Amino acid sequence: MSELKVKDKDIVVPGDIVAEGIDFLPSYGTYRLGDNILANRLGLIKIEGKVIKLIPLSGKYLPKKNDIIVGKVIDVNFSGWRVDTNSAYSAMLGLKDATSDFVRRGADLTKFYDIGDYMVAEIINVTSQNLIDLTLKGPGLRKVRGGRIITINPNKVPRVIGKQGSMVTIIKQSTGCQIIVGQNGVIWLEGTPQGEILAVRTIEKIEQESHISGLTERVQKFLEENKLESKVN
Amino acid sequence: MTYENKQNVLKYLKEGIRLDGRKLEEYRAVEVESDISKSAEGSARVKIGDTEVLAGIKLAIDKPYPDTPEEGTMMIGAELLPLSNPEFESGPPNIQAVELARVVDRGIRESKAINTKKLLIEKGEKAWTVMIDIVTLNDAGNLFDAAALASLAALKNTKFPEYDGTKIDYKKRTDKDLPINKLPISVTVLKIGDFFIVDPNSEEEKAVDARLTVAISGDKICALQKGGDMPVTTEDIKKMIDIAFDKSKELKKIIGE
Amino acid sequence: MSYKKRNDGRDFNETRPIEAKVGVIKRADGSAMFRIGNTVAYVAVYGPRELYPKFLQNPEKGVLRVNYNMMPFSGSGERVRPGPSRRSKEISYVTEKALLPVLNLAEWPNAVVDVFIELPQTDAGTRCAGICAASMALADAGIEMKDMVAAISVGRVDDKLVVDLNYEEEAYDGEVADIPVAVIPSTGEVSLLQMDGEISKEDLMKVLELAKETAVKINEIQKEALKKKFEVQ
Repeated sequence: MSELKVKDKDIVVPGDIVAEGIDFLPSYGTYRLGDNILANRLGLIKIEGKVIKLIPLSGKYLPKKNDIIVGKVIDVNFSGWRVDTNSAYSAMLGLKDATSDFVRRGADLTKFYDIGDYMVAEIINVTSQNLIDLTLKGPGLRKVRGGRIITINPNKVPRVIGKQGSMVTIIKQSTGCQIIVGQNGVIWLEGTPQGEILAVRTIEKIEQESHISGLTERVQKFLEENKLESKVN
Repeated sequence: MTYENKQNVLKYLKEGIRLDGRKLEEYRAVEVESDISKSAEGSARVKIGDTEVLAGIKLAIDKPYPDTPEEGTMMIGAELLPLSNPEFESGPPNIQAVELARVVDRGIRESKAINTKKLLIEKGEKAWTVMIDIVTLNDAGNLFDAAALASLAALKNTKFPEYDGTKIDYKKRTDKDLPINKLPISVTVLKIGDFFIVDPNSEEEKAVDARLTVAISGDKICALQKGGDMPVTTEDIKKMIDIAFDKSKELKKIIGE
Repeated sequence: MSYKKRNDGRDFNETRPIEAKVGVIKRADGSAMFRIGNTVAYVAVYGPRELYPKFLQNPEKGVLRVNYNMMPFSGSGERVRPGPSRRSKEISYVTEKALLPVLNLAEWPNAVVDVFIELPQTDAGTRCAGICAASMALADAGIEMKDMVAAISVGRVDDKLVVDLNYEEEAYDGEVADIPVAVIPSTGEVSLLQMDGEISKEDLMKVLELAKETAVKINEIQKEALKKKFEVQ
């Protein structure tokens, strides 16, 4: 007889038995050992019919094609720029993907993007060795100026963004900040100092409490209460 | 830190506020816990915000230095453990670790916090030597102040192990305290642009123009160390020392001096 | 001679009191503290991250790198000179071998997972405490692992078979066997086995069973500690 040992949204750790029997199918974050299905990561259980998978609660960013990330230029060479992606793998932004302008041979590429500059870019290719290519050609892709950069657990990015951007929109409205959330956990924001501080605190709260239900209501309440305080200053 | 990110830090300081909402001269929460390692003769853990530092003291018996035959000795070492910061590498102490150890050392040595004469056992032959080791557990900025505080707290709870004249029995602690006088309080003040702050977090440390660590004993300054790439005016120095004296009162209370 | 009673009054197959906590080093990607009696181990995990020097990189999968170190004031007697010793290098090496079998680093070619083990206070059983803490820290960091690893020292003091030897027992003036064992709880497989002293084959097989039983109990504590991090405040 097959038996589920956990329910939806339970927290499991590597080695936990999540199901016994052969009727269930192990998916992401779980595996079969004999008659049992075990978890192989720290995460939240998600049960979809007979399929058991897991939403990871931690782990570094693994670059994926088509992800929009916020990266930092760490090197400039003849053919382009090397970009830190907040992961184990740096990325390459080639000349032809960076600009439509004609660039003379031997031109000083730091005039476009210099070491330390942050940019919103799209991953256009990831090889089997995790070599990454980026592009800045696309809607919303650009260098960002000023503002502030924070880094969060990349597994929490979907909660910070919310369904169709609903969560990040609430934060933008309540704090008056521009906010760009990279899939790699790097976030750029810009507003008044008080607005930025409130946005950062809200994002940190989402990061801490993402696994506890009722998050949206708590965030709205938090923004309401603190919005008034920051204006009083 | 790039020019633009620094501009943002300055944008905050102009409004009298820091990246984490603190005021310019505000410390994060300071916690001191004593006797955290039973293997040590004295030890302490200090947290400043998320920064966490341990200090442990071991005592041994050695020959006094030839130029001070009636005094015991002291040495301070520091390790910036790779455990505490992804940017720290394994290996022998780098210049940051060496500077940290030597700055904490000067504060304690020059203020004569340890009564080295009372460490003597036999003139010219035997005296106690005090070895303080500082290790970082989590670096969230301001290791200087945390390290100095941890060393002081460790000194305060150090007890001599049993010594029968030939061998030290480290397993048996006496209740004889290490002979210490007034302890110096160390405060690090930073200059970013035209603004002065204390207790920087990691991001602010990257934006620093200059820093001054001031060790204060009573109403006297007993050690100074200027760091950072930019020079400072004498007005700056006076202002930073004033801030250090002011903040030292708070830290003094926390450590129970 | 007969070892009639343990010097701290414990039963022969009883461990010293255990305390485990996860998430103790904020800057780390994963971290944990494991205390057994008077032995305390802190572990921080960083990675997967870029690996330097390049010649250490493995293009097929990520690499595990363990660094075990005792703080200068953590020894039972004199100050321990800072820096790696032959003993600490060997412990780093066998710890790495103890943890590797449960990890899956196939998604991280050329990257490294760094495990730093530091001890502020010791009373025997340090490499086992380090392994227990490291397992929790690796899970906390979101590393894919089919199970955690639990380790405990077992052995013989005179005529008695014992679990979790303390320093005094290791240094006992008589016949002693000190055997650190690391176990993968879900399969009962042994990933670390060393021995100091002298023991008969029969007694060895007996204490190995004791080790496996104890490892399962320790594993429950490890799992609790991980889940506790996410408890609703």
